[in-house]
Amino acid sequence: MTGITEPRGMTKASLRGISWLVYVFFYAPILVLIIFSFSDNRNVGVWGGFTTSWYADFAQDSKLTGALSNSLQIAVVATLISVVLGTMAALALERFSFRGKQVFDALLYLPVIIPDVTMAVMLLLFFTQAAKWFGFSKGFSTIALSHIAFCISFVSIVVRARLAGMDDKLEEAAMDLYASRWQAFRYVTLPLIMPGILGGALLAMTLSLDDVVITQFVTGAGWSTLPVYVFSLIRKGVTPLINAVSVVMLVASMVLVALSLLTQRLRGDDPA
Amino acid sequence: MGETRDAHETTTAADAVAISGVTKRFGDVVAVDNIDLNIADGEFFAMLGPSGCGKTTTLRMIAGLEFPTQGSLKIFGDEVGTLPPNKRPVNTVFQNYALFPHMNVLDNVSFGLRMQNVGRSEAADRARALIKLVQLEGMERRKPSQLSGGQQQRVALARALVNKPKVLLLDEPLGALDLKLRQEMQNELKSLQRELGVSFVFVTHDQEEALTMSDRIAVMEDGRLLQVGSAEDLYERPANRFVADFIGQTNLVDATVADSDTIVLGNGSKVRATTSLGSGSKVAMSLRPEAISIGPRGSAPADHSEESLDGIVSSSTYLGHAVDYRVSVDWIDLEVRAGAIGAQQRFSPGDEVSLWWDRAANWVVAD
Ligand SMILES: Nc1ncnc2c1ncn2[C@@H]1O[C@H](COP(=O)(O)OP(=O)(O)OP(=O)(O)O)[C@@H](O)[C@H]1O
Ligand SMILES: [Mg+2]
Repeated sequence: MTGITEPRGMTKASLRGISWLVYVFFYAPILVLIIFSFSDNRNVGVWGGFTTSWYADFAQDSKLTGALSNSLQIAVVATLISVVLGTMAALALERFSFRGKQVFDALLYLPVIIPDVTMAVMLLLFFTQAAKWFGFSKGFSTIALSHIAFCISFVSIVVRARLAGMDDKLEEAAMDLYASRWQAFRYVTLPLIMPGILGGALLAMTLSLDDVVITQFVTGAGWSTLPVYVFSLIRKGVTPLINAVSVVMLVASMVLVALSLLTQRLRGDDPA
Repeated sequence: MGETRDAHETTTAADAVAISGVTKRFGDVVAVDNIDLNIADGEFFAMLGPSGCGKTTTLRMIAGLEFPTQGSLKIFGDEVGTLPPNKRPVNTVFQNYALFPHMNVLDNVSFGLRMQNVGRSEAADRARALIKLVQLEGMERRKPSQLSGGQQQRVALARALVNKPKVLLLDEPLGALDLKLRQEMQNELKSLQRELGVSFVFVTHDQEEALTMSDRIAVMEDGRLLQVGSAEDLYERPANRFVADFIGQTNLVDATVADSDTIVLGNGSKVRATTSLGSGSKVAMSLRPEAISIGPRGSAPADHSEESLDGIVSSSTYLGHAVDYRVSVDWIDLEVRAGAIGAQQRFSPGDEVSLWWDRAANWVVAD
């Protein structure tokens, strides 16, 4: 960044100072977490020499790895479906006018506003009723559906922001240049909102991997995701095993972020 | 207001665009009100009018971005009423260019060809030829954000023309450019149009631009088409008061028709003027400032006695090539523009003067 808008002098120094503070605030706990996941002492926060045994424990604990695999499957399914539906909802709200649009608009954002617990109770009631009528058991499908339900809102918020910033004359220009409606979307709209879609996907995946409250309500017996399982472990007492689990989850989300940045960088701009 | 001229031209198959009885409503707003308009093949046609008069809406209907509420719209004889834009042999240069920001210049220009399933290498070759035509060689790999306004304008032009449209639609394409670049682009556009022989339909609200560039001009107001004609038609023979006032500067003097040869001005003085309107009709006499001669009181030539008025100079402004006078003629003020070079005499405020004009110079318009 150069030019007149570049901060100078005191402003520059204090801005720099504040950024450092923010970084420390963010990353100091993570650093502590990582360090103590290698600590050879059952008490969290007491250093007992270097060991990787907690990671080995994690890998051998079939309940933990099973929960991890559940979490990943749910996250992938919830992300894929909520990205498609959320993007479609964003397009509908931003590009078309239809009856009841304002109501749809307000309802779409409900999951963002209402507390997790309320949402969880609602979903639990709903699934209990639905289970009576259609006879399915709670577990993978109910968790995935619940995650999709709240992820759609977040995806559509992010995608809509991107769409709102896009000149709608561009689609008209594409159609004037012999693109069909679908081609105009595919070669003009989609590439332009792709950063929003990827951002929304990342957000959805993170929210899904993170969720405890709603998942705990709608899960079935003997079926758990990683955060819910970790949460139940904590009640029995915290060991560095939980630190190790957390580090693994942290690394996984960092890989996700890196991937999303990379795909944006590599994304080709060429039509057809 | 007055009747629309050329309202019912006969449609021929060769007309690039034939619009008849077209109305466009947006809810309660009538954006375009029952217009008839024929644009010939190879014509440089301008649409002129104040903001909100329906120029863009008309253009968008030709492009297929908007469908008429009523009426018929033909392109080279084919009814295109509700055909989508991608099925019409026309292309548009949008007001703010609407270049695809995520594509480089070459991809922008070849987009239309690619969408028509022209092979990648042929599309690139044809796009390069157009990029050369608009003098942007070497910029193929740049993104639109890395170009100046004038360069973006050329990309928009190339992107439309590469498809060899039968009609090119331009919506205030020069509106965003500064004066100098604007004049340059005016010349380039005009010569490009001559070279290609394609009809250009050019929307502008700059009347000078319309007058200098176009073969014919349509003047619109409030969704209605007031007059279609050449620059001379509009300037010398405006169809009504609005056109007379809108095109160039003029003095509009309220009058009443006495007979086919005489009108009576507001103060009762009789002036010779030809009109086809019936006696008693309220009219306005349009007198261009440069068509009025000025001289000392009583100096009006005898043969102009019925085309003259006496007045007092109230202000004079020296313009270099001319002098602008404001002359009070007991009940109105008239603008008079006299050549400054070789002028017999200059007048100052307070001078008593006579004004006169050639009989052909005044033009009576319906009120
Ligand atoms: N999509 C729309 N919905 C409602 N009203 C519209 C729409 N598009 C245009 N109008 C109205 O139709 C009228 C004509 O608009 P149009 O854009 O054709 O004017 P214009 O002559 O191009 O004006 P300008 O010189 O300002 O561009 C205006 O009153 C405008 O408000
Ligand atoms: Mg307009």
